[in-house]
Amino acid sequence: MNRRSRAGAALLSLAVVAGLAACSTAEEEPGAAVTLDYWLWDDNQKASYQQCADAFTKANPNITIKISQAAWTEYWQNLTTQIAAGDAPDVWTNQGSYYPQFVSSGQILDIQPFVDADKVDLSQYQGGLADLFTKDGQRFGLPKDWDTMALVYNTEHLKAQGIDAAALKDLTWNPTDGGSFEQVIAKATVDEKGRNGLDPAFDKTKVKVFGYLPEWADGSQGQNGWGNLAASNGFTYLDKNPWGTQYKYDDPKLAQTIDWFKSLSAKGYSPALDKASTLSRDSLLNAGKGAITFAGSWMINSYLGEGAKLKFAFAPLPAGPQGRKTAINGLSDAIWSGTKHKDEAWKWVKFLGSADCQNIVGGNGVVFPAIKSASEKALAAHQGKGRDVKVFVDEAAAPGGTFFVPITEHGNEVSQLVQDAIQSAILGQSDSATALKKANDQVNALFK
Amino acid sequence: MSATKPRDDRRAAWWFLAPVLVGFAVFYGYPAARGVWYSVTDYNMLNTASYVGTENYAKLFADEKFWNSMLVTAWYVVLNIGSQTLLALGVASLMHRLTRSVVLRATLLLPWLVPNVTIGLLWMWLLDTNLGFVNQLLHTFGFDPVGFFTDETWAMPTVAGINTWAYTGYTALLLYAGMLQIPQYLYEGAAIDGAGEWRMFRGITLPLLRPVLALVLVVSMIGSFQIFDTIAVTTKGGPVSATQVIYYFIYQQAFKYFHMGYAAAAAICLALILGLLTAIQMRMLRASRSDLA
Repeated sequence: MNRRSRAGAALLSLAVVAGLAACSTAEEEPGAAVTLDYWLWDDNQKASYQQCADAFTKANPNITIKISQAAWTEYWQNLTTQIAAGDAPDVWTNQGSYYPQFVSSGQILDIQPFVDADKVDLSQYQGGLADLFTKDGQRFGLPKDWDTMALVYNTEHLKAQGIDAAALKDLTWNPTDGGSFEQVIAKATVDEKGRNGLDPAFDKTKVKVFGYLPEWADGSQGQNGWGNLAASNGFTYLDKNPWGTQYKYDDPKLAQTIDWFKSLSAKGYSPALDKASTLSRDSLLNAGKGAITFAGSWMINSYLGEGAKLKFAFAPLPAGPQGRKTAINGLSDAIWSGTKHKDEAWKWVKFLGSADCQNIVGGNGVVFPAIKSASEKALAAHQGKGRDVKVFVDEAAAPGGTFFVPITEHGNEVSQLVQDAIQSAILGQSDSATALKKANDQVNALFK
Repeated sequence: MSATKPRDDRRAAWWFLAPVLVGFAVFYGYPAARGVWYSVTDYNMLNTASYVGTENYAKLFADEKFWNSMLVTAWYVVLNIGSQTLLALGVASLMHRLTRSVVLRATLLLPWLVPNVTIGLLWMWLLDTNLGFVNQLLHTFGFDPVGFFTDETWAMPTVAGINTWAYTGYTALLLYAGMLQIPQYLYEGAAIDGAGEWRMFRGITLPLLRPVLALVLVVSMIGSFQIFDTIAVTTKGGPVSATQVIYYFIYQQAFKYFHMGYAAAAAICLALILGLLTAIQMRMLRASRSDLA
């Protein structure tokens, strides 16, 4: 009974909250003061966008911005529920895996006419970001920020293992022997007797510090690991991005990459999946259980901030057979097609996508804004705090050095199918090629 | 009894029942009816639902993930109900026959008072392969680390164990309350006849506890089928759907993929199965009749 009554209570409180939320959006007469609802999920960024909102209201005294923040999972559930109830926020922060369904159900306003009328300079943004949010000549948002990937490592541990920081600047990788990247990982792996992974007497059953910490709950994109290396091995996710309809997870180049990761745990250089921790990789790195892993630029403040227990530094990703490739991803701001204040909402989105707002955000050093000059500001802000994060910016600027993570319909289902396939390959339930072929068939069947 | 004609209270009774009935209709009846309707539509929250007949059900019966989640849930129920009921019976008899300490009874309830999400997080840290206390302990005694949540054979027993830990005290208390209704003289008589504790447990406690036991089993089994929070916090259905129970399956379909119609169909199937199981259990345990009467 107890679980039932708890669920009932939860429903009841939801209903009350929803009722309250409904009350807050009062009707306004035309010309009067307008309040726009703006939603985001990252609590680290809320303060920066509040600053933007204050600046915006100063310039447009009749428009007030009300920012609401909810954690990732709840954010999307709330948003979808609110849209279904016909009471969505006027403007919200969008991301690749969720936004296609809002586009196909006609919930996002096409802002191309506004962009044309106001002559917004789309070339001010980091290359390609603005195109992610377009479909068939329509535009569903202006880019606000981007992120790239790098290696993060425990500086003191690597030093103690005799690995020179300079050697990490140009690592190589290939799926056959792992290149110099695998050598470094092996050297950084230490067993309980203090022998490293290259020592013939190395005991892989009693590892004290793993050279590499993998992320296996990484969806269909492998942004925190396999995706970057597979791309540097010549793998592409799908026929066209965004809005492709044919995935290519059966590409042998991806299977090779997964097999290489599997070989790392077989050699004892990284924890096997069935003996892996359920805790996040940064907790494990902070506990000194691992030496190297992949990190996105959104993790900068976790690794270099005051909360970090050990000293960490970033290094560029290893270069594979096709060169160095990092996943790049970006967010945008979307206007709800059902908003009562289209013009005001556009004004706010335009401001969010302008240097005026992005310089404020960049100056706080929380994320890298989409406008190139504002990114430089973010870089300077980090450097001012003594944090070396140039590698993320360099990688983003390197010609041909980035790839966009896929944006298609059915993003969440694809994510689960591919993640399960890769986990079953890593667990040895099936070999990589077979598991990926099966998943790819299931994924492509979603688009029929 | 007095000879005056008893007043007809039935009209007044409805007034007292009304608050419950209204609550039931608004929070259970109406949503359930909507659920049945959604299960035959293609509703995805953003479109207007249109009737698709039995398509969702046909797809559901052909979906290997659905059947897998049913199997996984059954495995969980067996593990959880088995261990929880046995342990609770043991604890309840100990309380019944050995001590009547109120402090002890209250202490048994403590894990049940902790929110499930907290319990999930607590055990996630305790059982973690690299940083967890339990694995440090195993290591000290020379065992290899166990990936309690990440090893496919261990993941489900671990989740079942956690919930057993959380609910045993509560179940034990229900059973204990049932045991208190058994007349003390039966035990005294048995003791004079020279029966030991185990004999008394089998011969007196168990048979006379049957109606209560049946109710506890039904209620905890329904609760057990609805396992969700522990899994949502710890394993998220993994590794490779080894802990993808039916509730998590429904949750994913409804709130991650927004397949409301499909999720509603799965939920209706679950409700039917639960109703059937409850009916069977009530019949087999003759729950409505007590041997004390």
